[in-house]
Formats: sequence, C-alpha cells, structure tokens
Amino acid sequence: MVIKLIILVFLSMNERILEKLNILADAAKYDVSCSSSGSKRKNESRGLGTTGNGICHAYTEDGRCVSLLKILLTNHCIFECAYCINRKSNDIKRAAFTVQEVVDITINFYRRNYIEGLFLSSGIFKDADTTMERLVLIAKKLRSEQNFNGYIHLKTIPGASDELMKQAAQYADRLSVNIEMPSEQSLKLLAPEKNHQDMMNPMEYLKNGIIQYKEEKKTFKKTPLFAPAGQSTQMVIGATADTDLQVLKTANHLYKKMHLKRVYYSGYVPISNDNRLPAIGTPVPIIRENRLYQADWLFRFYQFNMNEIVNTTFPQLDLDIDPKLGWALRNMNMFPVDINKADYHMILRIPGVGVLSAQKIISARKFTRLGWEHLQKIGIAKTRAKYFIVCKEIIDTMKDYTVQQIRNQILTLQNSKYEATFSSQMSLF
Amino acid sequence: MQIINYDKTFQGFLSAVFDIYEYRFKNVKFSISDTSLFGETHSVVTSEENASRVWKGLLKYISSISANQLYKCFLSEHKEVEQLLYRYIKYVFDSKAPIDHDYSNEAVLGVWQTAKKVYREKHRMEAFVRFKLTKEKLYYAIVEPDFNVLPLIINHFQKRYADQRWMIYDMKRKYGIHYDLKEVTRVIVNFVDKPSSESTIIHDEKEELYQDLWKNYFNSVNIPSRKNMKLHIQHMPYRYWKYLIEKESNILKR
Repeated sequence: MVIKLIILVFLSMNERILEKLNILADAAKYDVSCSSSGSKRKNESRGLGTTGNGICHAYTEDGRCVSLLKILLTNHCIFECAYCINRKSNDIKRAAFTVQEVVDITINFYRRNYIEGLFLSSGIFKDADTTMERLVLIAKKLRSEQNFNGYIHLKTIPGASDELMKQAAQYADRLSVNIEMPSEQSLKLLAPEKNHQDMMNPMEYLKNGIIQYKEEKKTFKKTPLFAPAGQSTQMVIGATADTDLQVLKTANHLYKKMHLKRVYYSGYVPISNDNRLPAIGTPVPIIRENRLYQADWLFRFYQFNMNEIVNTTFPQLDLDIDPKLGWALRNMNMFPVDINKADYHMILRIPGVGVLSAQKIISARKFTRLGWEHLQKIGIAKTRAKYFIVCKEIIDTMKDYTVQQIRNQILTLQNSKYEATFSSQMSLF
Repeated sequence: MQIINYDKTFQGFLSAVFDIYEYRFKNVKFSISDTSLFGETHSVVTSEENASRVWKGLLKYISSISANQLYKCFLSEHKEVEQLLYRYIKYVFDSKAPIDHDYSNEAVLGVWQTAKKVYREKHRMEAFVRFKLTKEKLYYAIVEPDFNVLPLIINHFQKRYADQRWMIYDMKRKYGIHYDLKEVTRVIVNFVDKPSSESTIIHDEKEELYQDLWKNYFNSVNIPSRKNMKLHIQHMPYRYWKYLIEKESNILKR
C-alpha cells in the first residue's frame, strides 16, 4: 500500500513538470531567436559543454530550428500588452518553474545532446528587478554549481538595473531585450505600460560594457567574459501599420548604434480579438517576414546600404521578388557585370549569386576564364543570374529584354515553388 | 589497365598513391572488392611512412584545410571516390602549384562538393545524436550516418561531454566510439538482442522522464499556424527519424 502510494505521488510529480514544460515552452515559442552561435566560451576545466558555430538539434513541423531549451520561468505577467499571449487579462493556464527545475531540465537535456543550451525569458512578476534577479540566479547556478559551459541566452527585462545587467552579462552568452514594435508610436498603442526608454537603457548599458570588455581584453588576457555572443532583439511584424521602411530603419539603427548581432522579425500570429490588432484567422505574414530577413542579409553580408533597398519612394519590399532582384531591376544601368573582371562588391550584387559563390568566382577566375559551365557548377542560380552577367561565352539574353519581361520570366519560374508552399499554408485556415 | 587493391583505409589509399608513383603505373583503377579476378592486380601494403610522404608532398602545394577535404571526401565511401581523389592528387603533383582553389577543374570542384556533403553529414550527427542514460551511467547513442563520419565527430563530443562517459555506435558500419573520461577508443559491440528492443531494464530511472519531457517540449514549440512540412522534412529527412526520440513515434504515421 505504502509503495503504491509513493509511486502515485512520483508519477503526479512527473506529470506536473510535464504540464509546466508544456505551458512555459508554448508561451515562449513566439520569440523567434534560436541562435546558439558566436560565443567564445570554452570547456577548459573538463566540465560540461562548449559553444561553437551553433547546432540545430531538431526542427519543428513549421520548419524552425530547435537549438535551445526556450522557456519562460513563468507566464504570470503584470503587463497588458495587446499582442502578447501572456498579457494579464488573457484567460490562460499559468505556471512557474522553480530555479532548480530549470537547472535540472537544462542539464539533463544538454547531457543527452538534445540542445545547445538555455534561452530563458519570463513574464514580469512583481517588478523588473525581481524578475531579472531570478533569471540571473539560474544562469549563475548553471555556471558555478554545474560547471556548465553551454550556451545561455537571457532575456533582459526592460527596466532592470545596471547592477543586475552586469551580472547577467557575466553568466550569459547572449542577452536580448525585445523592442517589440518597429516604432515608439506602435508600442504606445499596443503596450501603453511599456516604455521605450526602459528597453533602450539596458541595451545601451550592455553595448558600453561590451566595448569596455574588448578594451580591457587587450591588456588583460583573463578579463572575465562579458556577453560574448552580444545582444539581439525582436520586432513583431504585421501587428501594426508600420512600413518595411520603418522596420528596416529601426533595425539599421540598432545594428549601427547599438552594435546588435541580430534583429529578428516575427510575423504576428493573431491571438486576440482586440480591435487594435489583425483579427484571429488573419494569415501570418510569412512572405513579408522572409523578405525582411532577405533585406537584413543584404545589409549584413552583401554590402548594401539600407537606402538602396527601401526608401521614401519604395517604402515597402516587393513581396513577389526578393529585394536583391528588386534592386537589380531598378538599377539595370549597373549591369551586365563581367564575371571575369568585376570586383567582389559588384559580384555580390548579381541576383542569383550568393556569398560563397562570389568567393569561389574570385578564386577560380585566377586560373581560367570562367564560362557558364563553371558558374553553374560553382552553384549560381542561372535562371536569375543570366540576365545580369557577361562571362566567357557571349550571351544575348540581357539586351533583348525589358525590365518587365525579365521580372515576368523569373516570376513564372519561381511561381510553382511558391504555390506549393502557399497551398499548404492556406489549407490550415 | 593497372588494378590497385588496398585495405580501404585512408592510410592504405595514400600508400596506394605512393606505389602508383613508385612503380609508374599508368591507367590505374582501384578495385571495388578486396580480390579481383582480372590479371594485373597490384596489392598495396599499407605503410605509415609512404602514406605520410604523400601527405607531406601534398601539403607543399595545398593548404591543410584543402588536404583535410581529401580525407573527408574519402570518408564518403562513394564508389568512384578513389579515382576522383587520385585525379586531384595527380593534378597537384603535375602542376606543382597551389591549385586547391581552382574550382574550374573538375576534380578540385568534385572533391570540394563531396567534402561538403560529408561535412554536412558530420554536422547532422553532431545534431542528431540522442544519448540515452543507462543504469551504469553510460550515455549511449545509435546512428546510421550516410557516410563514415564517426572519426570526424570525436573531437566535438570529447570536448563537449568531457565529464560524462559516452558511446556513439554506427549500426551500418558496425563499430562505435567510446569515451571513458580519459580518451576515445574505437569499439565493437556484440548486441545480444536487437538494440531496438532495449527496455527500461537497462536505463537509468530518470531516462524515461527526460525523454517524455523532450518529446513534450518538441511538440509544444511548434506553431501550427506556420506549419511547413516540406521545410521540416528538408531539415530532418525521414531516414534519420528511427533514432530521433522526438520523431520515432511518427514513423508509422507517414
């Protein structure tokens, strides 16, 4: 009898923790960041864990990378942000982990090679500092009690004190504060209790801390790490009327002025009947989100300036074609580009040529004059690139077509691909 | 035609290249099986010294990164891989120049492309290994990689899991790597039963809980309104599901 009872209690404890994990993982999943790369933490004391280039250990059925245990400490929240599933007035199941529970799950998942580390966020209970303190405590326990060197991403709670931010940066690899909305105006509309300055202050503090760390590192090799994987942030896209120009302008500002490593764009998933927001059933703006990421890539890896991609004349990205092709079609006077002569900067700008292909072209042309056969083997997309290139063979595709014709030809070829994705999207609604 | 027979190790292959130059063989063909029915067969004696002379010779002209790509390419076990590698090596020694970035050459590009596939498989294994904990506190995992990548993942797992005993076993190639808190060794295990019939008897008491937690977690983070199975399968192809705790129960649903 006694034994049976113990088993029962044990089971229900397991069930309770399973339920908690369901609730608190579900509540955290709208945070799209999954990066686990870019940290310099090493496993020097034969402890547990390393960081490196980042590994996606699994992919969800929506095709997103699962690399970290991404959970909320609690989904209790004192705020009332219209776009957020955890807003105070929302009638949902609430739960909270204990510090030790988070530590145990993280370590046991990590040891089984399920994850690269922990991404911990939280609803705001009581006040900013109390919440932040609890998050920092978990990171501290993982580092000092478990000798854990895997990846830790902590969410910065807006309004947290500098002292807590300092500790957070010592234990975590990456910190992020979500600016939530592309403009201050939208934030005021949807999250009236949140204050733009409360988000910028910790970001600014960390930026300065990282600069200082790099300075000190030059003289003291053993300066303790300070948020080695830097900062990131996230904006919700499509919940408000902000244009792509507004979105990318904000992103550009954050990259330049706050030295952010990444800005994430999260297509709004309708979860509320609030009339300030798109109604439930409105499709998630997945293609727009994709175009924003492509534009973001152009700034970070393809040497484009923001104004070349969006500006007051073209405030929205073209949903039908990618922003690089869009730019090329607006600037036909820059083409065709001679693959065997042009500099790297210009080769990067050819539609259908990626960063790796551009590097390969530069290496390979030292040995021989490149023709189509080489280019295709190197991996460029001929269907797009052929309108913009001159190589060993003479091609006449370019001069015979108008911009509109090129656009249509490329669109016909890519349509089939998109239709397939679209129909699977639509069938859900 | 000169048929070359070697022991299917990388050192053996390099020794074979040494012999080709030593005996000035022309028109060489690497035999597929250990024995060949055709007459002109040269059997290579694997020699550490000869292999290292070829390797050092290569390093005179190409970078160590490129040389490592040759090794990765070899691990692909592709049918014609020795021919491809030999064409590459011959191109290096014929031109006596750093041609390792000449992607206009068929062999250089071919080696790069194959090495990339092997690298991708290595990376997949670093991602898809799922350890299970036994009562004896051994974390073990079973895999069936497309290519022979266990030698390439030792370093990663040894560094990451420095404080736990682990074993990763390649069911296809019937060998595994085992770490005993000091070093990694190659092991062969005679499974009494099929490993799929493993029961809770051998597992740590908490193992099932953490597997359940992981499966639950995996299902909770999905956003159904963004479902995109094509992308999901592209990243996690069916052939890996068998050993993925979070996917194995879906195999029947296909």
